[in-house]
Amino acid sequence: MKNWLSPKSMTGIALIAIALIVLPHVVGMGGQAWVRILNFAILYVFLALGLNIVVGFAGLLDLGYIAFYAVGAYTWALLASPHFGLHFPVWAILPIGALMACVFGVLLGSPTLKLRGDYLAIVTLGFGEIIRIFLNNLNSPVNITNGPQGITLIDPVKVGDFSFAGTSQIFGMTMTGPQKYYYLLVALALLVIIINVRLQHSRIGRAWQAIREDEIAAKAVGINTRNIKLLAFAMGASFGGIAGGIFSAMQGFVSPESFSLIESIMVLAMVVLGGMGHIPGVILGAVLLTFLPEVLRYAVTPVQMALFGKILVDPESLRMLVFGLALVLVMRFKPAGLWPSPERSRELSEKPVEVVK
Amino acid sequence: MDIFLQQIINGLVQGSIYALVALGYTMVYGIMGLINFAHGEVVMIGALISITVTSTLAAAGMPLGLAGLFGLVTAMLTCMALGWSLERIAYRPLRGSPRLTPLITAIGMSIVLQNLAMIFWGRNYMTFPPLLPKVNFEFAGTHFTLVQVVIVLLSAALMAGLVFLVYRTKLGMAMRATAQNPAVASLMGVNINRVIASAFVIGSALAAVAGVMVGSYYEIAHYQMGFMLGLKAFTAAVLGGIGNLAGAMAGGILLGIIEALGAGYIGDFTGGFLGSHYQDIFAFVVLIVVLMFKPSGLFGEKTGDRA
Repeated sequence: MKNWLSPKSMTGIALIAIALIVLPHVVGMGGQAWVRILNFAILYVFLALGLNIVVGFAGLLDLGYIAFYAVGAYTWALLASPHFGLHFPVWAILPIGALMACVFGVLLGSPTLKLRGDYLAIVTLGFGEIIRIFLNNLNSPVNITNGPQGITLIDPVKVGDFSFAGTSQIFGMTMTGPQKYYYLLVALALLVIIINVRLQHSRIGRAWQAIREDEIAAKAVGINTRNIKLLAFAMGASFGGIAGGIFSAMQGFVSPESFSLIESIMVLAMVVLGGMGHIPGVILGAVLLTFLPEVLRYAVTPVQMALFGKILVDPESLRMLVFGLALVLVMRFKPAGLWPSPERSRELSEKPVEVVK
Repeated sequence: MDIFLQQIINGLVQGSIYALVALGYTMVYGIMGLINFAHGEVVMIGALISITVTSTLAAAGMPLGLAGLFGLVTAMLTCMALGWSLERIAYRPLRGSPRLTPLITAIGMSIVLQNLAMIFWGRNYMTFPPLLPKVNFEFAGTHFTLVQVVIVLLSAALMAGLVFLVYRTKLGMAMRATAQNPAVASLMGVNINRVIASAFVIGSALAAVAGVMVGSYYEIAHYQMGFMLGLKAFTAAVLGGIGNLAGAMAGGILLGIIEALGAGYIGDFTGGFLGSHYQDIFAFVVLIVVLMFKPSGLFGEKTGDRA
C-alpha cells in the first residue's frame, strides 16, 4: 500500500483536487453544453464502475446493464414528478432507487446463476430489452410509465431549500445548474470510487476474482459462489440505479429511448476499452468514450470543409463511423484495454498465444 | 383454428429467415467461440445492395425476375467479401487476446457498417422492388403468398446444402475438427485460418440471402434493419444451443412460430391486459425460461468449464 500521507502524494492529491474544482469553470467557458457533457462523463463513470463489478471483477458478461439505470431513473421519475403527484425528498428516493435496482439485479441474477459465458450475455441482453419494452408499453390499460412519451417535469435534486437546477449565487460566485450538479456528481463519484477500491481488495472482491478465474476452484475452497455472484449483480445494479436517479433529476425528463441496448453496449465498451477490472482504466474508458463522440460532433464539419471545401458526408454518420473505427483500432493495438491492471498485462505477455480462446 | 394455422405459417416464414441468419452466428461461434455482433449488419448490407442492383438493372430494361437474380448474386458476392474482410480486419489479429476484446471490435464494426450504409443509402426506408408476382394461395382456410412459399423452400434448400457441406465434404470435416480442437486440427494439417475464413464467408452468403428475403417479404429495407434481426437470430442460435447447426435451424423456426403465436394470442391470454406490441418480449422470455432448465440450449452439448 502506498503511503498516502507522504508529501509527494499529498501534492498529487491537492493538484487533482484543484483541477476537479476548477474544471467546470474552465470547460464552462466553451459553453454550458460542455459542462453537461462533463456531467454525463461522470455519470458514465458511475455506470462503468458498476458494470466493472459484474464484468471486470466477477467475470459475468452482462449485456443488459442499462436496465438497472432505467429502473433507477424511472423510480426517481415516478416518485418525484407531477405524473403521480408524488414529490419525495432526495434522501428518500436515492436509496429507494438503489434498492429497486438491487432487487432487479437479484431478479436477473437468480435464474441465470447456472449459465456460463455467452449464454449469460444473451439472457442479460434479453432482460434489458424486456425492461425497455415494458417501459415503452406500460401506459395502458393503467398508465404507469407514460409510454414512449416518457415522464416530464421531474424534480431536480433539492437539499432543503437549495435546488441544484437553475443559476444561483454561492459565496458570491455565479453557478449554473450544470456546474452545481458537477460538484454533486464529483462528490458522489469519489464516494463510489472509494467503495470500489475498498471492495476490490476485500474478502468479497477476492471471492469475485476467484470466481472469474475458475468457478469450480472457487467453490472448492469454500466460496459460496451463488451468493457471491448474486452480490455482484446486486452491487453493480445499485450503482446503476443511483446513476439513473441522478440522470433523471438532472435531465428533468426520462423516456424509454435513453435505455436502449446500444447504451448497455457503450458502457461495456467503456469497461473493456479502458481496462477491465482495473478501476483507473475503467474511469479513463468512461471519460474518453463520453467525450470522443462529442468532440467529433464539433470536429467533423470543419475538417470536411477544410479538406473538400464542402460538406461531403452527413456529419452525424461520419462521427459515429469514426467512433466505431476508434473502438476497433484501440482493441486491435491494445487488446487488454488502454490502461489494464499490472497483473493482467503481465498475464497476457507471459501466456503463449493460443489459436482460439 | 384457422388463425392458429395462419400464425404457424407466418411464423414458419419468419422463422426460416431467423434460421438462415442464426446459422451464420452458430458456425462462427462453434469454430472460434466468438459472438459475431456485426453479422446482422451483413444481412442489412445484403438487402440494400440487392435493392440497388435490382432497381438499376430493371430501370435499364432488364426483366424484373432476372434483375432480381442478379441483385441476389451480387449481394451474396459482396457479403462474402465483407464477411471475409471482417474476419481479417477485426477478428484474426485478436486471436489469443482476452475474450471480450473481439466482442468490442465486433460492436465497433457493427457501428461502422451501419453508418457506412447510412452514408451510401441515406436514412430513409427504401422500397424493395417486387421480385415475384403477387400470387395468393389458399389452403385449409389459410392464406399465403408465393413470396412466403419461396422463402420457406429456398431456406430449406440452403440449409440442406449447408448440412451436406459440413458433414459430407472435406472442408466440412475440417470445420468440425477445428470446432472440436483447433490445436489438434492444425497438427493434422488443417489450415485453421482458411477454415475460419470460410465459416465467415459461408455465413455471410446465407446472411445475404436472408437479407433479400426479409426485403422482399416486408417490401422495405433500411440501414437499421440488421440490428434487431441479428439479435433475434442470435437468440434463436442460443435457444437451440449455440455452436450446433441443427440447433440453430430448430431454434430459428421455433422462435419465429413462438413470436407469431405470441403476437396472435397474447391479448386473449392476459385478458387484453398486454397487447401485440409485447411481441418482442416473447423471444426473450422463452429464451430465459429454456435456459433456466437447459442451460446450454435445447440441443447444445454441455459447455465446458470456460466461462
